[in-house]
Amino acid sequence: MAQETLVFEPSKVLIDRPTHYCPGCQHGTAHRIVAEVIDELEIAGKTIAIGSIGCSVFLYNYLNVDAVESPHGRAPAVATGVKRARPDKVVFTYQGDGDLASIGMAEIMHAANRGENITVIFVNNTVYGMTGGQMAPTTMIGQSTTTCPGGRCAEREGLPIRMSEIIAMLGGVTYCERVAVNNVKNINKAKKAVKKAFQCQLDGNGFSFVEFVATCPTNWKMSPVKANERVGEELLPYFPLGVYADKLADKEGK
Amino acid sequence: MSSKTPKRIFIKGNEAIAHGAIAAGCKCFFGYPITPQNDIPEMMSTAMFEAGGDFVQAESEVAAVNMLLGSCAAGIRSLTSSSSPGMSLKQEAISYMAGSELPAVLVNMNRGGPGLGDIGPAQGDYYQSTRGGGHGDYRLLVLAPATCQEAYDLTMDAFDLAFEYRNPVLILGDAILGQMKEPIIPHPGKTPKDKAEDWCLTGNQGREKRLIKSLFLEEGALADQNRHLMAKYERMKAEVRYEAFETADADLVICAYGSVARIAKSAVRKLRAQGKKVGLFRPITLFPFPDEPLLKLALEGKRFLTIEQNCGQMVDDVRLAIRTKADSEFFGVMPGELPNPDDLEGPILKSLEG
Repeated sequence: MAQETLVFEPSKVLIDRPTHYCPGCQHGTAHRIVAEVIDELEIAGKTIAIGSIGCSVFLYNYLNVDAVESPHGRAPAVATGVKRARPDKVVFTYQGDGDLASIGMAEIMHAANRGENITVIFVNNTVYGMTGGQMAPTTMIGQSTTTCPGGRCAEREGLPIRMSEIIAMLGGVTYCERVAVNNVKNINKAKKAVKKAFQCQLDGNGFSFVEFVATCPTNWKMSPVKANERVGEELLPYFPLGVYADKLADKEGK
Repeated sequence: MSSKTPKRIFIKGNEAIAHGAIAAGCKCFFGYPITPQNDIPEMMSTAMFEAGGDFVQAESEVAAVNMLLGSCAAGIRSLTSSSSPGMSLKQEAISYMAGSELPAVLVNMNRGGPGLGDIGPAQGDYYQSTRGGGHGDYRLLVLAPATCQEAYDLTMDAFDLAFEYRNPVLILGDAILGQMKEPIIPHPGKTPKDKAEDWCLTGNQGREKRLIKSLFLEEGALADQNRHLMAKYERMKAEVRYEAFETADADLVICAYGSVARIAKSAVRKLRAQGKKVGLFRPITLFPFPDEPLLKLALEGKRFLTIEQNCGQMVDDVRLAIRTKADSEFFGVMPGELPNPDDLEGPILKSLEG
């Protein structure tokens, strides 16, 4: 019998339990990336996760780290409190687009502008998932939701908000990147971005932000495959992937 | 000054609260500017760094109280202060902190309302303070100082109580208390017995992970949590505090709290000098409310007049306390008016003679 080589192991910090996420939802992929980065940086024992409101409220069920729940949109303020109280811990928020880009707009803008030494993982799936698919600030023009059944209309509801572009403009932001997990290449890039973001915090370099453009097949009323295709075809042209701020690279003249 | 004379400092009520917090070992302060409490964040903006802690002027009242939620989850003695309109904004997170059992200390220097109201003293936030204020079933432990010294002392106690019960504690003052200057005697507090290391978030190194939350979806879990909280609020009754002044032989007992109680006390003193049998009952804890001592006074056959600087809020609690034996009349000084002892004499005499 040929020698067997173990080429892959599940993340240690990821808890082995049935998922509550829908088939094709990319929160699972984003969770796994965060978990693997926590493993690789060996920071599980000093990490405090800040939960938010929405589908990802149950983040704490999947990651074996200390966690505190925040009111809707307030995770960056709660993270500020935790980090100021315990500056030696690694503090990150995990928020959806309704939470971060709508009700929590003030908290994210000011935490970023203050340059809080925290990491923000922002999952943008263009819809309020947990409440049943209502219009989000990131909903695309023409995309129909339960509260814009005729499709989002720019005249009435404005244009979808591009958070990475806005966050990158703020003085306190050290690192800001938009990623996707719609193919293996992008998944690998996403992991690099998350690792860079956590490393930025570990080195005391200030605010880091990673936006995931992700699927919500259930509320998009698409199959997981179709939803994944939509990311590349429809979302990424409007939400371009890439690094929007990297002050450390700028400093090094890269 | 002889060596036996205790050191006194002449400060505002707001500053007394800040001094009390510092003496109690407060390490983090999060606030937002609003009159009439600005002396507190202004003082804390340097004091917290001197104490080896941190200070953030938040972007909003909402953010400030959520920062407080975070630092309390980390087990650190922390404070926020505000005034009425700002307290309305903080209610969401106060509900979350009560639900997740976090030992937050908050200060409300009550000003006139409703709406923008004015920046003068008022007691219109009694219901908001004692009924929870936000969504869901919960209570805060509410302390109502009447003097600068008491503001200092109760602020120190507030931190001990918050950690003992793992419950938010509210210090309810008003614009008079906040802006009035008096000499106070500072003193070292008790050694904190916070035991926060048993539950606070520090990272799960060498132990199981911890979760601080107020979401309970599992079958029966929320009911259990509410029963647990209800039992805790019942246990808090051990903390009842009040001042009874000249009540022993009084025919009429004035019920009042905070600055208004102090003004009423002057009126009581003046009327006592005229031989009128009046006394003052001043709840110091507004929750838990001193029901039993009030009922005892009712059983002795006394009559009651509740005086507040609002349209009648604490009078409900007085009436509930004495409901089987007596009733309470009510006199309201309106928010927007500045009461003085002479204003209260007429209503007191009317009740005494009526």
